[in-house]
Amino acid sequence: MFEATDLNRRDARTQRLVRALFLLMTVLLAAPVLLILGVLLVKGGTMLSWDFLFTEPTNGMTAGGVLPALVGTVWLVAIALLASVPVGVAAAVYLSEYAPDNVLTRVINLAIINLAGVPSIVHALFGLGAFVIFFGFGTSILAASLTLAIMTLPVVIVATREALQAVPHAFREACWNMGATRWQTIWRVVLPNAVSGILTGVILEVSRTAGETAPIMFTGAAFFLPFLPASVFDQTMAMSLHLFVIATQVPDVPEALPYGVALVLIGMVLAMNALSIGLRTWLRQKKKW
Amino acid sequence: MSAPPPHPDTAALDRRDLAWYVDKLVAVLVFVGGVSAVVFIVGIFAFVTHEGWGFVSEHFSLRGFFGSIRWAPTSTSNPTYGALALIAGTASVTGLAMLVAVPFSLGAAIYIAEFATGRTREVLKVLVEMLAAIPSVVWGFIGLSVMNPLIIDVFNVPIGLCVLNSGLILGLMAAPIMTTIAEDALKAVPDTYREAAEALGATRWQVTRRVVLPAARQGLLAAVLLGVGRGFGETMAVLMASGHAINLPTSPFDSVRALTATIAAELGETAVGSTHYQALFALGIFLFVVTFVINLSADLIVRGIRKT
Repeated sequence: MFEATDLNRRDARTQRLVRALFLLMTVLLAAPVLLILGVLLVKGGTMLSWDFLFTEPTNGMTAGGVLPALVGTVWLVAIALLASVPVGVAAAVYLSEYAPDNVLTRVINLAIINLAGVPSIVHALFGLGAFVIFFGFGTSILAASLTLAIMTLPVVIVATREALQAVPHAFREACWNMGATRWQTIWRVVLPNAVSGILTGVILEVSRTAGETAPIMFTGAAFFLPFLPASVFDQTMAMSLHLFVIATQVPDVPEALPYGVALVLIGMVLAMNALSIGLRTWLRQKKKW
Repeated sequence: MSAPPPHPDTAALDRRDLAWYVDKLVAVLVFVGGVSAVVFIVGIFAFVTHEGWGFVSEHFSLRGFFGSIRWAPTSTSNPTYGALALIAGTASVTGLAMLVAVPFSLGAAIYIAEFATGRTREVLKVLVEMLAAIPSVVWGFIGLSVMNPLIIDVFNVPIGLCVLNSGLILGLMAAPIMTTIAEDALKAVPDTYREAAEALGATRWQVTRRVVLPAARQGLLAAVLLGVGRGFGETMAVLMASGHAINLPTSPFDSVRALTATIAAELGETAVGSTHYQALFALGIFLFVVTFVINLSADLIVRGIRKT
């Protein structure tokens, strides 16, 4: 018969204690998300209405809605995606399907880690030096979007590479044996099986891009513009910068207004994230291999 | 062994049809895509250095830059560019953030990887991911409008925009990346290690402390490093929550100004090509180099694990 000794009991006690402590730490780490959402909802919830979303700011941005900022964010995200998704997917295809295990591949991987790790304000400096001044795009949606695209490129690359590597190698071999070229295999077999995984990454990128402020401050986003952008060479307002501006730069803003703007911004971002997480969970469940 | 005889009809085996050429073309295109990441990172360094070089070559001195706390670029009589106070600001905020984030992130990673199961685990992971998704400008706004009055009330200090405020916020911002990478590092420890220890009668905590943590320590170190890099480079939240006062902090309730925040706040007001503009790019070079070294070390540490 097994009889618990004092030592066993002490170990079990420590175990329970430690487990509870770690659970507490995890909860304390996760709780702020809900707290922040709660605070924003309580203080800014009254601002939310269709009018708020679809009218322009008035009275020196102390009243009215967020339409130009919302439209601007959509522009910025769309152009950034157009630029980064093809490059990111190509990079991931190279790393997953072509790259040999050599120094160059290591350098590429290191570059991707660093693209994600370089401070956003340094990306802003680069965008200003390269796109605004050197390539002569001026402060425009184009310059801001390209800056955002380079900054969020790692998100697409990493997600796509993971999706491609999740496709079993046997699929590729079967296709090669039919006499297909490498590209035919990738185009007809690998990519179709990875497309939803890639989509997960793209949605995550949308969420990241929409929330960024520093990279667009000096490259294309304006404090206030009374009109909507008409082309990629126009400046634009953006939700993230708009929140910064009315929270810090504009006097006499009614208290609820910045909370409302923050709520719309965080709502957009978290909705995208939830969509991405949901898609990933759904994919995992229906995975056949 | 002699060489095989030549194939009687080599021409028929030559598949240089359209598909062959497309294949070659795509191989080149995806290679370009792969190399683009390297081009971009080199480009970032090149452009930032190019714009900031005028300052580095003409006005830069080690003592003037790293040894002086006088950052007064707009002074008409005697503009000075001492970055020490800014570096101290960034260091104090990042330091406090790590003090908060490291134990909590590692604790959360251990709980998620070693203790939690099923639904709890999924929910906790999603919450951590949500934490990572909150835009930095929203964090800054929370610091400004929620934490600021809270700190003033609780600690009875005149202003709540300080090291404590931005450090806590930065800690929460850096925590998700540290938790995720630390959890990956713990998951990478083979289950056979755990099984062997459990077979000897060890409790789950004993297994974790004596077997899993030592085996994963390099990955955990890499996680902490990446968290430091994240905190070091954060801009908007620090700009809004740190008080933005040039100051060598002596207590958590002092306002400070960070390197990143200085660039964000001043770049819009400088003329392109002026010394002030170039000095801000020089701060950018410094930020780039430091984060590059941090990321490189984290990568080398992780690579070290894979080799062994």
